[in-house]
Amino acid sequence: MTLLKTLAPYDFPSSDAVENYAGRQLLYINWERHRMFSRPFVLALAPETLFGEIIDTHMTDCFSYHPDWAQIDWRAVRWLNGSRPVVLDRNKSLADNGIGHKDLIRLITPGLDGIAGSGY
Amino acid sequence: MDMKVSKKLGLKERYTMMTRDLAWDTTFQPMDKVFPQVGYEGIKIHDWNAWEDPFRLTMDAYWKYQAEKERKLYAILDAFNQNNGHLSVTDARYINVLKLFLGSTPPLELMAARGFSMVARQMVGAGPRVACMMQSVDEYRHFQTQIHSISNYNRFYNGLDEFAHQQSRMWYLSDGKSFFDDAITAGPFEFMVAIGFAFEYVLTNILFVPFISGAAYNGDMAAMTVGFSAQSDEARHMTLGLECIKFMLEQDPDNLPIVQRWIDKWTWRGTRKLASVGMMMDYMLPKRIMSFKEAWEIYFEQNGTALFTDLARYGVKVPKCFDQTIEEKEHITHQSWIGFYMKPDATPFHTWMPQPEELDWLSEKYPNTFDTYYRPVYEHWIAQEKAGKRFNNKTQPMNCQVCVSTIKFNEPGDPMEMCFRETVYKGEKFHFCSDHCREIFEDEPEKYVQTFISSHAALQGKCEPEGTDVNAHDYRPGARMHAYWRMDKRASGDFNGSEDQKNFAKWRAQATQN
Amino acid sequence: MTSNAFIAFQKNEETRCIVEAIVDDNPAAVVVDQPAMVKVDVPGRLVIKRATVEEKMGRDFDLQELQLHLITISGHLDESDDEFTLSWEA
Ligand SMILES: [Fe+2]
Ligand SMILES: [Fe+2]
Ligand SMILES: [Zn+2]
Repeated sequence: MTLLKTLAPYDFPSSDAVENYAGRQLLYINWERHRMFSRPFVLALAPETLFGEIIDTHMTDCFSYHPDWAQIDWRAVRWLNGSRPVVLDRNKSLADNGIGHKDLIRLITPGLDGIAGSGY
Repeated sequence: MDMKVSKKLGLKERYTMMTRDLAWDTTFQPMDKVFPQVGYEGIKIHDWNAWEDPFRLTMDAYWKYQAEKERKLYAILDAFNQNNGHLSVTDARYINVLKLFLGSTPPLELMAARGFSMVARQMVGAGPRVACMMQSVDEYRHFQTQIHSISNYNRFYNGLDEFAHQQSRMWYLSDGKSFFDDAITAGPFEFMVAIGFAFEYVLTNILFVPFISGAAYNGDMAAMTVGFSAQSDEARHMTLGLECIKFMLEQDPDNLPIVQRWIDKWTWRGTRKLASVGMMMDYMLPKRIMSFKEAWEIYFEQNGTALFTDLARYGVKVPKCFDQTIEEKEHITHQSWIGFYMKPDATPFHTWMPQPEELDWLSEKYPNTFDTYYRPVYEHWIAQEKAGKRFNNKTQPMNCQVCVSTIKFNEPGDPMEMCFRETVYKGEKFHFCSDHCREIFEDEPEKYVQTFISSHAALQGKCEPEGTDVNAHDYRPGARMHAYWRMDKRASGDFNGSEDQKNFAKWRAQATQN
Repeated sequence: MTSNAFIAFQKNEETRCIVEAIVDDNPAAVVVDQPAMVKVDVPGRLVIKRATVEEKMGRDFDLQELQLHLITISGHLDESDDEFTLSWEA
């Protein structure tokens, strides 16, 4: 239950409601144990966007700076949506993969723990 | 006993006559109509006269001492400028710490001034009204002197001139802006706990004591004197914050749970805000007097323990986040510097990799964490730089919905894992940097759904310079953030190779040769 | 363990006298020297006496003049014409 106290009615819209993105939705991407990138990055994409396209363009553009990127065994990778393990198909769209507005997709690459195993 | 006839009134009598005796209760209008805000937060007050300023500072004495402070300050600033004082700093990297400090702090001082004048209007008792009014004037003075000192450097170095424009727009300034926006939109008592107590008493020492002493150590007379002149007001501000806490707790036992929640909330919000101050101490001062970790131990842990041991008699507990901040003191400055270093195009100040002896200093100061987690990535980046591949992360950040920090902190207990928290409110997902921020959100979601996150606003097409056609076929949202931020390109990028670096070397050579 | 009350000043001629006065009046005082500032820690209770400061300065001194040089304090404050004290209970 809210603890907000006010002197007058208080009702304001969310700044980032999906309606504000003209048919697109926000998606956050993080590569676990590769903290060199400091924080996840955010994209606004149509829900029809293929998940493979996100890997091949956005993730590759950003993460290929890391020497581990080329070492990834893509058959062994796992994914989380927030804290929930999910199976994602690169040939399906965001919507068909069950990825909604403001979901955080986390890539786990077993055996790769960053520079000198530091998590970075 | 010899009788001495005192010509002057004593301090206590003078204070009573000049403050409380000049106040009155309204009769044409009922008091609760005149002071509508002091009741709605749920704080119960029975006797406003129980609040007394222990400094017992009266308005006439206030003006006298403040005028004296200004005279001293400007005498030093004049001398600094007459002697090309900017060239006596340790090295030109130092200037960047000023860009960050002077580029972010003045607007926050202004918000403090506005907040305290609002609270001064709302408080019923004469004691807090006068003390809040003085603090408001103090904060306005800080705002002005800091802006004035920007001019001492702005004529020589790049990137200082658009701080006012950038305050509401720049990604890394959003945490401070949101901190004050949150406080000033709360009621008067919460504002007092937020700024007067959590920020001034518990946290401001970290900003102004070791950091400003560090400015002096790096040969910067001007920043030192501006910082210490502001800080000379802080003892009064800290006292006001502590008095407010004691006053609320003494007035009614029902106030305790409300006050405790505010202490928990605002100590955490302030801690998040200080991550970048810690980074300035550990990474941006070429000569360092102490590490952020050491400063945190002295000014937060020891001093906070003294404070909360004392307040235990009212039932107040140490802030919930206390243990987490102790774990994080080993990490947050490194995580912050990594966050800034990897984004060289997105700040109007330069970043750089530490020099070998600086890496060794960090290893020595952070024996539990630096070599394990942070040195390897720095050494990797240093090698990359030598190979002409300086890191530049072009992506846009994810931010915490409450503190608006980029989400860059580790899971408590595991420095290799990121900490993520989320919640769903009215069908929409919200993300946080920590349990504490999630709890703050869940207590008042109506407030925090409105948070301004610059990367989100950019993706909505809201961050465009005037005249941009958002319907053009080649329009890409967020592609013109530089123009939106009014970023001076010369001021961004790595320090090595920057115009500031070259100019400083040239001017210093001119100053020491014929 | 008794908590420390503390006070810090900008370093200058006046505060040199003030710190000397504190050291005289508070036998447990520990003075910490840092660039441009000086901090004094005293377990439990720290007192500054006007009379001692006047003796060190060789002139009249109003305790409110401390405001000009203060950097930070720790402890509950009480100020009268003759004494400025900072203290922690427990
Ligand atoms: Fe201030
Ligand atoms: Fe202040
Ligand atoms: Zn947060």
